[in-house]
Amino acid sequence: MEFLIATAVGALTAAGIYLVLRLRTFPVIIGTSLLSYAVNVFLFASGRLALNAPPVLRDGAERYTDPLPQALVLTAIVISFGMTAVVVMIALGSWLSADDDLVDRPAVPESDARRPSLPEGDA
Amino acid sequence: MSHWIITPVVLPAMLAAILVLMVREHIVVQRALSMAGALALTAISIGLFWQASDGTITLYQLGNWPAPFGIVLVADRLSTLMLLLTTLLAPLVLLYAMGSGWDARGRHFHPLFQFQLMGILGAFLTGDAFNLFVFFEVLLIASYGLMIHSGGKDRLRAGTQYVLYNLLGSTLFLIALGTIYAQTGTLNMADLAGRVAALDPGASAGIRVAAVLLLMVFAIKAAVLPLHFWLPDSYAHAPAPVAALFAIMTKVGAYGIIRVYTLVFPPDLEITQGLFDTWLMPAALLTLGLGMIGVLGAGRIDRLVAFSVIGSMGLLLSAVSVFTPDGIAAALYYAIHSTFATAALFLLVDQIRDRRGAAGPFLVQGRPIEGGALLAGMFFVAAIAMTGLPPLSGFLGKLLILDAAGASPLMWWVWAVVLTGSLVAVVGFSRAGSLIFWKAHQTGPDTDPIDPETAPEVEDDTAQPGSTKGPVAPRPVLPMIAIGGLVAMLIALTVFAGPVNRALTATAAQLFAPEPYIGLVLETPGKKIKNDSHGAADDHADAADHDGAEAGEDH
Repeated sequence: MEFLIATAVGALTAAGIYLVLRLRTFPVIIGTSLLSYAVNVFLFASGRLALNAPPVLRDGAERYTDPLPQALVLTAIVISFGMTAVVVMIALGSWLSADDDLVDRPAVPESDARRPSLPEGDA
Repeated sequence: MSHWIITPVVLPAMLAAILVLMVREHIVVQRALSMAGALALTAISIGLFWQASDGTITLYQLGNWPAPFGIVLVADRLSTLMLLLTTLLAPLVLLYAMGSGWDARGRHFHPLFQFQLMGILGAFLTGDAFNLFVFFEVLLIASYGLMIHSGGKDRLRAGTQYVLYNLLGSTLFLIALGTIYAQTGTLNMADLAGRVAALDPGASAGIRVAAVLLLMVFAIKAAVLPLHFWLPDSYAHAPAPVAALFAIMTKVGAYGIIRVYTLVFPPDLEITQGLFDTWLMPAALLTLGLGMIGVLGAGRIDRLVAFSVIGSMGLLLSAVSVFTPDGIAAALYYAIHSTFATAALFLLVDQIRDRRGAAGPFLVQGRPIEGGALLAGMFFVAAIAMTGLPPLSGFLGKLLILDAAGASPLMWWVWAVVLTGSLVAVVGFSRAGSLIFWKAHQTGPDTDPIDPETAPEVEDDTAQPGSTKGPVAPRPVLPMIAIGGLVAMLIALTVFAGPVNRALTATAAQLFAPEPYIGLVLETPGKKIKNDSHGAADDHADAADHDGAEAGEDH
């Protein structure tokens, strides 16, 4: 169980970091989602792993699992879901207005390169 | 239990909901409500600051749950100081946004602004580490919307980078919190203080990892050197009022460092020794150097100001990383100063950008600026403050920091970097100022025939082609009043440096004696639940009784 969780967190994080370092927004967004999955599993495990144990008080239960990480994970899931939606929208807007989906800005943005010469051009 | 502490969180949240749900089509009503809200927040913050100014720490238990189990808000000197700083900045920025028409160039400026305020104020008030994360997310998600307000290609691209960078920061924050929880079993900051101190130094690998991770999270927010890449582009491309409001965002990172590393991982804690001497101080000095070099090398005036933000954060954090009461007090003074100076500069840059026609933000010889004298005067004052020349508050802040650096083993490094950096910044700012304001007058009348009415249409290609413009023809006075207000704050900070510094020294002293804070948070009783019942349904009446009974004895 511990091995499985640890491997999952490690694999998700590694894949996530690899994807985040890509040049285009789509893999980067997938990468951030993978990282947020890794974090969610990690948070879940931070209360120690207990199998088949209730998180809230119950008659006859001898041991409990820690309920707090579950609440934390729930919050984290909601937030990362919202954030992913936002970043998808912004990346889409960026793609539509710039005609490419590169994360980096071009070395000399056309708008920057053009503008100082504008007075002469117009004159 | 007084409910005033939670109003800085609840008021903007409710107001934002009203703004977006009920008056989304009416910009005038939005402006009025938004401004009223911001001013009300200022009044509340002054009240809370006054309440905390005699050293009282006020606690608010959400849902009346006692501390390690429920979430608490704590208003001590540091929190209320940051609260006051934010709410003094917000109305002026809002005034500028209204006067310059920025808020009408896209949708939902005002609701997002209110949500942003809610996140910032909540982050300053909360006494719970996970809650701090949640407020960080609130302020970030609002800042994403504000950052790309009114759209445009460059702005959207910079916005994508900003969002992605901060998403990774949030991920790191969660990992840090998970590690802390796994090691200590709590996330309440006061409770953490006791539990971290009680950890066995021999088995402290986990908590040390967490301490470093948390420092990295705050360093991302504060734009410390290897993690600063998000800042120049975002701040340079954000709408001006948003960039001015973002002046407080880097300070949220600095606040996080000050709060967590005085309370949870205090400087004398054995397991986190060397974190500041070995790591943060050199990083801060490199940040300072990089910021000032950026000021000198920037080709656009908005990037120049963005780099000066990085430089000022470096200076601020080099004072923080001395980690003595003097250092913290100096850092706080500099934080107040640099917030107003940065905001004023960003707003000025926007005015300059608007009025220069085709030259826009670029540091090239352009045409003379209409109304240039006032603008140049304000730029001069703000630049003097930012670079830390006498007589303004930047100089006093720098002096305090240099003085406090005496306690650091790296003292000579601090002095060398700060003084050289100042010189470089002075050169950078004077080059920009003379190029924009003076050399413009040397050009012949034939170099720039674009007439002022059409010029903004040409220059502002960052705005969407179809988006509505703010009024251009008569220059509105409100923006200049807003900038004047920020400059007045700087002058007031200089004139009242004595009383302010005394208050900040007391703030730092309170931070370095956290026992009253911890005691108050952990020992205040909350609601009581009968032992024999598992459900809470029948306890409402009981709890309500306790609420009433305890209201009197709490404070």
